[in-house]
Amino acid sequence: MSSQLDLRNTARVGLLAGVITLGVSAVGMLESFDKRDLIIGLLTLGQLLLFSAPFAAGFLVTRGEDKVDTGEAVVGGAVAGALTAVPLIALILLTLAAPNIRNSLVNVSPELISLLSLGASEIVGSLLLLVGMAVLGVAGAMFHVLPDAIRKPLISGLGWMLGFAILSEVSLNILRPILGRGLMRALFGTKGITPLLAAIIFVVAIGLTIWWSKGGQQRYEDRKAAMSEEQRKQSRRISIGVGIVSLLILPIILGTYLTEVVDNVGLFILMGLGLNIVVGFAGLLDLGYVAFFAIGAYVMGILTSQGDLGIAGMSFWLALPIAVGAAVLAGVTLGIPVLRMRGDYLAIVTLGFGEIIRVLATSDLLKPYIGGAQGILQIGKPTIFGFEMVKPIHFYYLILAGVGLAVFVASRLRDARLGRQWMALREDEDVAEAMGIHLVSTKLLAFGIGAAFSGLAGAIFSARLSSIFPHSFNLLISINVLSLIIVGGIGSLPGVVVGALVLVGLPELLREFAEYRMLLYGALLIAMMIARPEGLWPSPITKREFHAAEEEEALGGVQ
Amino acid sequence: MALLEATNVTKRFGGLTAVNDFTFTVEKGAIDSIIGPNGAGKTTFFNCITGFYQFEEGDIVFNGNSVSGRSTDQITRMGISRTYQNIRLFSQMTTIENILVGMEPQLHTSWIGALFRLPSTVKEESDALDEARRLLEFVGLKGKGDEISRNLSYGDQRRLEIARAMAAKPKLLLLDEPTAGMNPRETAETTEFIRRLRDELGITILLIEHDMRVVMGISEHITVLDYGAKIAEGGPSAIQNNPKVIEAYLGRGAAASATIELEN
Repeated sequence: MSSQLDLRNTARVGLLAGVITLGVSAVGMLESFDKRDLIIGLLTLGQLLLFSAPFAAGFLVTRGEDKVDTGEAVVGGAVAGALTAVPLIALILLTLAAPNIRNSLVNVSPELISLLSLGASEIVGSLLLLVGMAVLGVAGAMFHVLPDAIRKPLISGLGWMLGFAILSEVSLNILRPILGRGLMRALFGTKGITPLLAAIIFVVAIGLTIWWSKGGQQRYEDRKAAMSEEQRKQSRRISIGVGIVSLLILPIILGTYLTEVVDNVGLFILMGLGLNIVVGFAGLLDLGYVAFFAIGAYVMGILTSQGDLGIAGMSFWLALPIAVGAAVLAGVTLGIPVLRMRGDYLAIVTLGFGEIIRVLATSDLLKPYIGGAQGILQIGKPTIFGFEMVKPIHFYYLILAGVGLAVFVASRLRDARLGRQWMALREDEDVAEAMGIHLVSTKLLAFGIGAAFSGLAGAIFSARLSSIFPHSFNLLISINVLSLIIVGGIGSLPGVVVGALVLVGLPELLREFAEYRMLLYGALLIAMMIARPEGLWPSPITKREFHAAEEEEALGGVQ
Repeated sequence: MALLEATNVTKRFGGLTAVNDFTFTVEKGAIDSIIGPNGAGKTTFFNCITGFYQFEEGDIVFNGNSVSGRSTDQITRMGISRTYQNIRLFSQMTTIENILVGMEPQLHTSWIGALFRLPSTVKEESDALDEARRLLEFVGLKGKGDEISRNLSYGDQRRLEIARAMAAKPKLLLLDEPTAGMNPRETAETTEFIRRLRDELGITILLIEHDMRVVMGISEHITVLDYGAKIAEGGPSAIQNNPKVIEAYLGRGAAASATIELEN
């Protein structure tokens, strides 16, 4: 109907996708991603990136239309896909016309051009790219046309296959001790999975999705509905039990390297839970959160170090409450002067506070006590009944206990009077005070408890590494923790875990692309803000008016 | 006995005198109104009572205690609650959570108790929840307790703001234009509701209102402010016929033909 407008939109989306791909190619990302196999011999991560552009363009062109006509989808998708190829073809032809382009665009290498022209010569490759992208554009557009019965299994098949391929390292590490060498070779490469495994996953995922939609879901729900209250409670207890047991055996399954990654993620979860209280619950934007992490780490270092800077030679367990206490004290001390500050002003002051702590750590003034840039070495390891914790797996349990405690504290407080006070404060500080909420104590509790979790994370961090240096406590940590809260869903506890897995765990698994980490980070944050501002796992609304019986029973259970 | 007694209250913003030497009393159990043209200083006076503003001169005594120099939370705990001209709910929280926050002055348990779910804390919370459900029903929001308050209709949001103010069990309730933006039916309902608050719960009510039907319909005593100063006070009929009031509202020319009824 409004084909004029549609055409303009189609052209815009297609060209935009092309320009983004061009940019991604020109900074060298595409080429370095091409070195990572996903499905060996068939698809690399670089190719996936390249091909997803026209697909996404086609997908976006038909999105939002109430009813998409097949012919329209084909034309729109083809145009958008082909237009995606245009900027890339321009780049290919540019290298023909001006071979010394590399002088200014260092990343436009022959390898990149060969990747873009799909292995063929420049002219033939350009045509191939144009046609290929048009086809992919059509495929993307057709997604809206396909009936659900086909689309859903297809999405799940592709999603699982690609997800599995990208995270192949995880399954590789888990399965290596179980499966034999021959079987491993049939399924995995050094990076990525074999076409055989890809096909298996694809088929299984499709099969399961079809089964689920063709009656599995119905049966599951029927059975769930038929359960008595007693059975339902039992089944909840069983799932909690299974969850706890899997968390306990997780490091054994994962192996040393992945456990170390998980430890790292765990420390960020711990910090995220703390900052979530300050920012998510109470709405106090704190950009200097790393300060409390640093204080926890340094206090632990000074108190337990066996080196020159150690002053007490304390055990980890004795030093732990002191380190956490010091962080709380710092949190409250910072809290007092900023009590009357809001929003931007608060953010700037806390940012400054974080920097002051970092500068102090590197300063000559404190060098005799905390070692300046040389840091503190030989920090003591925790021991339990004479058993020294040294391996990642030992720290895994320590961090798990810390995270468990933090989740417990955060969830109890969130559902209590204090949590309501925090949220009221976040919504409207003046009115909250006019409701009879004591601002000073409410804010200081948020700062103090938030700082405690960060201090705990710092103390464990310091014992885990045995040595700490000021450069570990830079602004980027604060930004990372804040980002993971936002990506996960501000104010949401599971959101913190999801956010940490995505922003800390995933980059660790894709560490060969560390160069582009910040670029991807930025892109992810922007995409999140546009597409899903509430976060990946937003906090649910607590039902209080109804579900009354359930709640009273839950509360009464403790009495 | 006077519940609220303001004597010679003056509030200045730089060169502007927003409330000028204002003396005013509210009797216990009354429904009183403050009216006046826009910018007359009505809301400023509310802000002086509730501690949002500190006034320069005079004193406001509530129930025998001066509110001067106290913070808003202390004044709320003394027994004064209010609503706002432009609705100020905790918009991301649910209806019932808003009421629970309003109940703050009644709650005493600490966060430590919440951490360990001590019996006293659990009891206080479940009592508070019962009380909040009762209030929901009283203001006619039963069934909407778990909705995010931002999603409530305009009339319901006004109602919830009153419920939140009442949750503090105030002795004096200050309502700042409770019927602003309402249609005639909603206005009539709200007027009736305000009367019920006083009759059934014995709460003293002071309201700022522009809708003369509401003011004349329920107020026992009306005070008129203009340029921060009191120009008249008395019962509804006395105010309606007061030439000074008509002049303030309609200008000097209109005051000459003093037969114009204010409600039109």
